[in-house]
Amino acid sequence: MDFLRPATWAEALAAKADRPEVAPIQGGTDMMVELNFDVRRPAGLLDLNRIAELATWSEEADGRLRVGAGVSYARLIAELGDRLPGLAQASRTVGSPQIRNRGTVGGNLGAASPAGDSHPPLLAGDAVIEVASAARGVRMIPAAAFYLGVKRSALEPDELIRAFWMSPASGPQYFSKVGTRNAMVIAVCSFAIALHPAERRVGTGIGSAAPTPRRAVAAEEFLAAELDWEARLDPALLGRFGELAAEAASPIDDVRGTADYRRHAIAVMARRTLTWAWHELRSGRFERRAG
Amino acid sequence: MRVTFTVNGRSETADDVWEGESLLYVLRERVGLPGSKNACEQGECGSCTVYLDGVPVCACLVAAGQAEGRVVRTIEGLADGDRLDPVQEAFVECGAVQCGFCTPGLVVQAHDLIERIPRPSDAEIREALAGNLCRCTGYEKILDAVRLAAARRAGAGSGPRGEEKGSR
Repeated sequence: MDFLRPATWAEALAAKADRPEVAPIQGGTDMMVELNFDVRRPAGLLDLNRIAELATWSEEADGRLRVGAGVSYARLIAELGDRLPGLAQASRTVGSPQIRNRGTVGGNLGAASPAGDSHPPLLAGDAVIEVASAARGVRMIPAAAFYLGVKRSALEPDELIRAFWMSPASGPQYFSKVGTRNAMVIAVCSFAIALHPAERRVGTGIGSAAPTPRRAVAAEEFLAAELDWEARLDPALLGRFGELAAEAASPIDDVRGTADYRRHAIAVMARRTLTWAWHELRSGRFERRAG
Repeated sequence: MRVTFTVNGRSETADDVWEGESLLYVLRERVGLPGSKNACEQGECGSCTVYLDGVPVCACLVAAGQAEGRVVRTIEGLADGDRLDPVQEAFVECGAVQCGFCTPGLVVQAHDLIERIPRPSDAEIREALAGNLCRCTGYEKILDAVRLAAARRAGAGSGPRGEEKGSR
């Protein structure tokens, strides 16, 4: 095995172009488990820790946040929790404090596990993934187009993930996850919601209940057509939203839960998260917090 | 490969390090610091918790090469010579140690907690220690030890209030 230690982003891209078979390592919280248990033996490791710019985030001219692939979950929670509340909630459920000190959204994207906690809020909040290669430069990939299969993403072998872009929340956002305890849990299934009141639109993300993280598109379209933004939440509408969310999942039976349980839980979490978000919106708490 | 880093204030160099090796393995097997324990090797148990550039991490999940040039502090680096760190003292006094395997990780993690939050609530203590598994104690005496260490530390800082038991 080789251990490549680029000092700059340009060096990292050159190294990945030259040796596309090496595996990038950021926080190491996934990669090192595979190495320790000898389930994977990459030709080399490409350590991205030395590239200081990856561990930074910025507010861009268009108002969006650009968060480097090396920003840890702990920093995301502490520094961006107010502007990316859905993603911060999901981040708080990742592993343990020690894991959150090392793990990153960039690494979660690189692993592209259907159970990754950051994916549902990235989908619900219309995140865009910035990837780059030495040969073709930057590609901006919407989260919804990024996940292609179990642990497969749109990332090409010569590309690296540089950042994700996301607008600060324009409305309430919530994340819910089912597991056996509060810490150190790989999601049995999860659900994220993001209200976009100005556009009269709701974003969703389903985790760990399909080969990839995915949006519940029919459920989103249903709310866009039927939700009365000035009224109380109609129980029949809420029930239908849950059904459509569950129908969007295509779960399997595995060690963490059955497909039937996951479908049921997705419906419950869809109803709950919409209810929480609706109460926050109607109570005016979101505007007060944002203002 | 060769890895050079600072451990507990001393510069250490390890040779013939395998590229896929963990920082934990280097500490235990190459640098002679077996205090950080090797239990799960997957970040589940927290027994290998060390400070990396001042931030607690699972040493089993840091690639050895990622520690190059960086500063590591292990359980061996908490005591000042023969004088135990107040967190270590509190663990001894409260009977928070049974088999002892989880203790180094818990002590480092608790040490970081009261550095950041001098008077942690019970909820904050539980959250901070959520990644550290103990199969002996049932955690109650560990919580007692963290409360005692925090109270002493806060007492020492604010003078007349002295030692206070309790969590807030």
